[in-house]
Amino acid sequence: MNGAHDLGGMHGFGPVEIEKDEPVFHHDWEARTFALTMAAGFLGKWNIDMGRHARELMPPAEYLATSYYEHWLFGLEKLLADFGMVRPGEAERPQRDPGATAAPPPAGLRALQAEDVETALRRSRTSKADEDVPPRFTVGDRVLTKNIHPLGHTRLPRYARGRRGVVALDHGVWVFPDAAGNGLGRKPQHCYSVRFTARELWGETAPARDVVHVDLWDDHLEKA
Amino acid sequence: MSHEHEHHHHHHDDDDVQEHRAHDAPLTDVELRVRALESLLVDKGLVDPKALDALIDTYETKVGPRNGARVVAHAWVDPDYKRRLLEDGTAAVAEFGFVGRQSEKLVVVENTPAVHNVVVCTLCSCYPWAVLGLPPVWYKSAPYRARAVIDPRGVLQELGVEVPQTAEVRVWDSTAEIRYMVLPERPPGTEKLGEEELAALVTRDAMIGVATVAAPAGGTRR
Repeated sequence: MNGAHDLGGMHGFGPVEIEKDEPVFHHDWEARTFALTMAAGFLGKWNIDMGRHARELMPPAEYLATSYYEHWLFGLEKLLADFGMVRPGEAERPQRDPGATAAPPPAGLRALQAEDVETALRRSRTSKADEDVPPRFTVGDRVLTKNIHPLGHTRLPRYARGRRGVVALDHGVWVFPDAAGNGLGRKPQHCYSVRFTARELWGETAPARDVVHVDLWDDHLEKA
Repeated sequence: MSHEHEHHHHHHDDDDVQEHRAHDAPLTDVELRVRALESLLVDKGLVDPKALDALIDTYETKVGPRNGARVVAHAWVDPDYKRRLLEDGTAAVAEFGFVGRQSEKLVVVENTPAVHNVVVCTLCSCYPWAVLGLPPVWYKSAPYRARAVIDPRGVLQELGVEVPQTAEVRVWDSTAEIRYMVLPERPPGTEKLGEEELAALVTRDAMIGVATVAAPAGGTRR
């Protein structure tokens, strides 16, 4: 979707400001939002691409006016609602009794346990596919990206649509986010690093030597 | 969304005393939302609060840019390791035990006098967690995501990195699950430094490509 998340090439946001000795989290709620999102993700109800798409669905004006972990919180709340795990307004009830015991998780689900965290993170393999799918392109091929504007999730950024590039690396077979993120299955296929000259993307005033590499899948590309 | 603390007014005879309630300030809207959500998910048995603590602890104390710095320093002193790192980054960093989440496949790109690599994720915040930890705010922010692809030289210049016109700036937009890390140039005058001393020089920003590694003060005399 042509959302506010697709920022490459926009103007007017000002300088990049690097904070010295920045903490990993600036507020406790950021840390909890991060961990809640991760732990809920490990329940396996949605994939990483649906997770990204949920954040992209934040209205553009709100997306640009809020902080990173507010995007995450919006996405998590949306996924929990969409998958029927939290009903509207359900979280807005009085705080739980500290002595209360948790309910058993719904059938088929297992909450991530503290002792499993290290292994779960180490073994995390969200999108690599084992299927033996033949590549449509080989390194060195000239390609043209499709000019698509889907309403759903896509990993082809606006600035790289309808552009000519060269296949620089073949990353092997991966889940296709433009399908998986929209609940349309894994559609495993080759993903490549495609090299574009800065001039192809930004016009003749761009520096002649500079390039941008974008990771794209077979279904994003046509022979050029 | 307002993050301002509320002011409480107490009337003492004729005086208005305004009090900042710094320590017991009411929670902001977003804090309340997160607390309520955690409480609800715990009640439903979907989340274990101790697992949340463990996730946070992992990225606050265990997995961070010191991982990547060790890899870079090792590549600087061991040409055979450097070759393996550039050929298959995933396998080479796994030799250090750095594997997993947000680093399923790692590609390491080498900065040289002829090529300056810079890593960005214009669509979200993809970042090689296993070697660099969680990304800093600036990496996830609109200015960097917007400008890194259209004006990388301008961004680099503002951050103090001057890439000569004779060199190529090569930007890597992390639009898939492949993660990128920059192998920065080893600074001159560090020939006699050991691997640990070298690792201490390597910064997170150099491994993203928006900084160079500086020689230590007096390093040439070591």
